[in-house]
Amino acid sequence: MSQSELATAPAPAAPSIWHMYRAMVGVGVFCGLLIVSVFQVTLPIIERNKAEALQEAIFEVLPNATKSTTYRLTEAGGFELVEGEDDAGRLVYAGYDDAEQLVGLAVEAEGMGYQDVIALIYGYSFTEQAIVGIQVLESKETPGLGDKIETDADFLENFKSLDVSVGEDGSALANSVVPVKHGEKTQPWEVDGITGATISSVAIANLLDRSAQYWVPRIRNNLADFQGQE
Amino acid sequence: MASSKSGTDEFIKGLWNENPVFVQVLGMCPVLAVSNTAMNALAMGLATAFVLVMSNIVVSSLRNFIPKQVRIATYILIIATFVTVVDYVIQAVSLDLYKALGAFISLIVVNCLILGRAEAFASKNTVARSTMDGLGMGIGFAFALFCLGAVREILGNGALFGAQLFHDSFEKWVVMILPSGGFFTLAAWLLLFNWLKQRKAKKEETAALALQKEVA
Amino acid sequence: MASGKTLEIRTSPHILSGYSVDTIMFNVVLALLPVAGFCVFAFGLAGLLTLSVAVVSCVVTEDLICRATSKPSTVGDWSVTITGLLYGLTLPPGLPLWMTAVGGVICVALGKTLFGGLGYNTFNPALVGRAVLQAAFPVAMTSWIPGFAAGRFSSLPLSTLTLPFTSPEYDAITSATPLALWKFSREATATSDLAMGFISGSAGETSSVFILIGGLYLIARNMMNWRIPAAIFASVFVFSGALYLVDPTRYASPIFMLFSGGLMLGATFMATDMVSSPMTSRGCYLYGALIGVVTIVIRTWGGLPEGVMYAILLGNAFAPHLDRWTRPTIYGAKGKEAAT
Repeated sequence: MSQSELATAPAPAAPSIWHMYRAMVGVGVFCGLLIVSVFQVTLPIIERNKAEALQEAIFEVLPNATKSTTYRLTEAGGFELVEGEDDAGRLVYAGYDDAEQLVGLAVEAEGMGYQDVIALIYGYSFTEQAIVGIQVLESKETPGLGDKIETDADFLENFKSLDVSVGEDGSALANSVVPVKHGEKTQPWEVDGITGATISSVAIANLLDRSAQYWVPRIRNNLADFQGQE
Repeated sequence: MASSKSGTDEFIKGLWNENPVFVQVLGMCPVLAVSNTAMNALAMGLATAFVLVMSNIVVSSLRNFIPKQVRIATYILIIATFVTVVDYVIQAVSLDLYKALGAFISLIVVNCLILGRAEAFASKNTVARSTMDGLGMGIGFAFALFCLGAVREILGNGALFGAQLFHDSFEKWVVMILPSGGFFTLAAWLLLFNWLKQRKAKKEETAALALQKEVA
Repeated sequence: MASGKTLEIRTSPHILSGYSVDTIMFNVVLALLPVAGFCVFAFGLAGLLTLSVAVVSCVVTEDLICRATSKPSTVGDWSVTITGLLYGLTLPPGLPLWMTAVGGVICVALGKTLFGGLGYNTFNPALVGRAVLQAAFPVAMTSWIPGFAAGRFSSLPLSTLTLPFTSPEYDAITSATPLALWKFSREATATSDLAMGFISGSAGETSSVFILIGGLYLIARNMMNWRIPAAIFASVFVFSGALYLVDPTRYASPIFMLFSGGLMLGATFMATDMVSSPMTSRGCYLYGALIGVVTIVIRTWGGLPEGVMYAILLGNAFAPHLDRWTRPTIYGAKGKEAAT
């Protein structure tokens, strides 16, 4: 077919600029329309999926919460309620129970693991002044070794109540979250490591420490910001 | 083009004789990267197949409209469009799957298999034949990915499609889930395919020789 | 005329001297025997079984592949025996025997015969097998049993006889290697214990003294390139010594680095593998230095406590390039001519 055409016509006449222009623009318009229409159809579903996934993670780390709202850290250091779908800035999620009482805050944190960045969300309880649950959102740790950070029962036990109370001057934690070797945990702010996944479990402890050092004092100093909305 | 080939032939060739992975060894990046479980492999294979079929249809229906000088740019535009569509659809269907496939959905754009079929086949053939070609190649690609994914998941996780196959005490071959496992599994499948092909070629040769002798 | 005498007509060479492949390989096996003997002495039945299964699986695989490809069996040249022995010596002695066998098949099939057999393999086959096992079964490959246990000649560790394809159960007492002790808790081990092998570790890496005796025997008989181990030891000593001088609390002493882990065994018997190491003398020095530096880099900053295996495999990959870069000038040739 086209091969024989090529063979007989030594130099096919160059198509005019108009032809090329027409083809590129035509295809471009067609493609643009297609993408926009698919985007319009799927956008609400995608947003809903994402919101649901986040919601699930928040309720997972704040055991008594049944409702959540999003707050943003303002430049002044306080927190403001986020309206609608706006997700710019540094966010925390406040969880409330059935009686509309504030249970705690869910905060996202990330840090370098053994293979790649580990991202997780943790729940901070006001009454206990402690981390009361974590859920790993993203991790590429070695299957069978490093991924024990998500499955090892002894390790997850650490985060049922990990002390992150604020020190006297209110600017930092009273005790840093520190990793210790498996079986040597004596203080409520220590993280009992996993044998065979030393690096991944230490990474979790360190990233929690960094994040809690930043967030917990800020949250405690602005407690009123989360209460006044109801 | 051999116009004597029927549409069915165009379909069949992609499945076996010209299988994009096992025979042409095309599009290795997604083949090795996302075949760690059967589910991921199948999803990736089907996404690629969809893009392949759609781009083949559009390219072949526009083949007299697109001048040779701008064809590559136009093909890429078309392919990228369908990849974006697939990207949104997968996000809408399952966020977990989207996370597992990661950047490799966007990278379908640079899968040489798709541009290769658009350039080598769809731009020279009718819409019907191009569709069959795209379907055959796409399903062949998905099948190959599934072959890899199944082996890797069974050995690496002791499971298939997430369902445990063995007793709890099964020792998982962690290496199979890691990238290097992809290379091992692909090599083993290529070995099998080449061995089958050689055996077939030998049989045909001996049959031809026997026929010659009979004639003589 | 005396009948019965045949006149042999052959092409050159007519005068044969030096060693054939078989003699060298057989002598390497001899040099490895004291190391293997100490391994059996230290780990008892478990060590003996690990070594035997490793050797048998390698030899049987080679024989089967030779049969399957209708080639004469190359088992007789002893090289596969060395592969099996070395491979067995790098394994933790309590490793389930089915894993040992799987690794043995991988050593020979993937590491050696796929490349074309003896003389063609880019990487040391024993290390290929170990590397795959390390990636496939990371837990089993890092569970060490203590040496010199009381009942080691009458009983086996729980994990050794695990059923094929099932996970092993471990004895209550496992122990950490000196390198792991250093890496994760900064505990140093006494040098005399390291040298004599009164520590836990892979089957054959514990006794530096016996490894050195074997190495010296081979060097004395001119069957091993002394430059490679010398360069490795020197670069390890200098590099880790420099780090130690900077901060003795963070970095281990050079003596500890030399005598711990698989460095002795790797430098003496694996890096010197004739097929996968460079041929030129300058290339050998560079090759040894590369292995030494990479080992220390992995041990100091990497995620793993031990890095000799990866360092040697990396060195193997560089060997052909080192040969090309260090090719001696052809006599009489000038400048560019010599390089082509």
